[in-house]
Amino acid sequence: MANFETPVLGEYQTIPEVHPDTMVNSKPFVAKPDIQAGVGFPGELAPGWENVAVKKLGDLVSQSRALQVFLDSCVKCGACTDKCHYYLGTSDPKNMPVARQDLLRSVYRRYYTFAGKFFPKLVGARDMTKDVLDEWYTYFHQCSQCRRCSVFCPYGIDTAEISMAARDVMDTVGLGQKYSNEIIGKVHKIGNNLGLPELALADTLAGLEEDVKDETGVDVKYPVDVNGAEVLVVTPSADFFAEPHIDGLIGYGKVFHQAGISWTLSSHASEAANFSMFIGSHDNLHRAAMRIREAALDLGVKRIVVGECGHAWRVAYSFWNTLIGPFDFLDQRYPIPQHICEFTYDLIQRGALTLDKSANDDRIVTFHDSCNVSRASRMGNTPGGQFMIPRAIIKASVNKFYDMAPETIHENTFCCGGGGGLLTDDLMELRVKGAQPRMQALKQVVDEYGVNHVAAICAICKSQFTKVLPYYKYPMDMVGSVHGLVSRAIQLGAKN
Amino acid sequence: MPITVAGKTVETDEEGYLANRTDWSEEIAKEMAKVDNCDLSQNHWEVINFLRQYYDEYQIAPAVRVLTKAIGKKLGPDKGNSKYLYELFPYGPAKQACKYAGLPKPTGCV
Repeated sequence: MANFETPVLGEYQTIPEVHPDTMVNSKPFVAKPDIQAGVGFPGELAPGWENVAVKKLGDLVSQSRALQVFLDSCVKCGACTDKCHYYLGTSDPKNMPVARQDLLRSVYRRYYTFAGKFFPKLVGARDMTKDVLDEWYTYFHQCSQCRRCSVFCPYGIDTAEISMAARDVMDTVGLGQKYSNEIIGKVHKIGNNLGLPELALADTLAGLEEDVKDETGVDVKYPVDVNGAEVLVVTPSADFFAEPHIDGLIGYGKVFHQAGISWTLSSHASEAANFSMFIGSHDNLHRAAMRIREAALDLGVKRIVVGECGHAWRVAYSFWNTLIGPFDFLDQRYPIPQHICEFTYDLIQRGALTLDKSANDDRIVTFHDSCNVSRASRMGNTPGGQFMIPRAIIKASVNKFYDMAPETIHENTFCCGGGGGLLTDDLMELRVKGAQPRMQALKQVVDEYGVNHVAAICAICKSQFTKVLPYYKYPMDMVGSVHGLVSRAIQLGAKN
Repeated sequence: MPITVAGKTVETDEEGYLANRTDWSEEIAKEMAKVDNCDLSQNHWEVINFLRQYYDEYQIAPAVRVLTKAIGKKLGPDKGNSKYLYELFPYGPAKQACKYAGLPKPTGCV
């Protein structure tokens, strides 16, 4: 394992003393020119980039009233300082949300406020220099855009918006992050984050049908590109590839099978995730999302259901309508779009599924609320549905469920430590340390209730936990999909 | 970090994956494993060879489940699971084995 110290979990979460510059060397690999070209950005810094950066920042502020308010309204009250998992896990003061915001705010002040133009030193305004840009690259890649700090800010300042803007400015001048930009390029080219071509997708799904048939004796289908299906399911491509994600996909298929509703995946839109949000790039966001609209029209579906992916659900729930709408061609009697959890919950409510909870009796389960679902979207018809519905599904599928501490769940949830385009091996120290608050909360329910399974509804969370749990001496397979639990409990075949 | 084997130097990316898949040879795989203190056994080679075959056919590494199933068929059902693959490739079968097989690193939320 890598060369840093994993935080030690105590009895309860503590707020660490400040240790400046502990994470000053943490930065992800820079995207090479060919990767930058694939997402429409320059390959490297060109002379005069400072002016381009300042102008881009001005454009972003003039296009987004929210961003301007966030930059103008901070009063340095300090409410956010101990709310970021990366600060709690690393003790680097630049990971306090206010300090992170100020990295960009100082440049904004210099060029776009009266005081900063004429008395820069008095108001902490800074010129756009290479040092400042490098500092941005380091610390705006230590923000997972989870928005926990914004819950506690009395002005509602959203650091995620500032971090997205900073990344957009950096990409515009030719400084991009390899991990995110390579992935976005693959979506444009092939249709998903993995670069999984149509043939491989078909082969993987055929294998899955075989496996489920072997295990259950039932012909559950995992269809792709079926014209005229009722429902198009878009799900993170990790659901096809990785564990424990694939158990969730198996679960979706069983739910559709039991409901008797025809569905299909699409090889054109074989990805729900849209990393363009992480880099704040509207053009890329639109381009990636359009594939889903195109697939829905092409296949003639009546409904779109989104699989277990956190930020995908934010993009779908909060942005799709204006981004790739209108959806007048879909069946207006159902939510547009619909989350797979809403879909399954509705069936459970109507008594359409038989779930044998005892199938999960070896598991004592807790639920990790994913940040983008919790703080940037909703499910169902009532406020807080995004917290209630996944838990209701779990409780219908297992006998033993315990929530983690209230200050670490629902809208207060702690990020897994790998969101926002940071789920890459070159940021492993950050990921392990950033997971500390979630691991601390987990430890409490492990110690108190014997919890041995963490269910989640986000591909990033599942991969991140698989990787970081062992650093905290928990088994990697302790994390699973919510629909993985459904999959074990669901009774297939005719209803008695 | 270029790798040099038998006088021939090949390019890799920042994380040690081959820049050009066609540069691959068994000696390069052994050299990569040596850096990780990993001695390649016959079972490692079964995995590496399967990955290369699959990639030739599908232009992507196989899903974890596809890989475990294939290895289970080759090496016996007790070895057809991701736990065994993690024993062989402790840095993660998908990533470490792909590297030795000369394939690009799987990207995305994996």
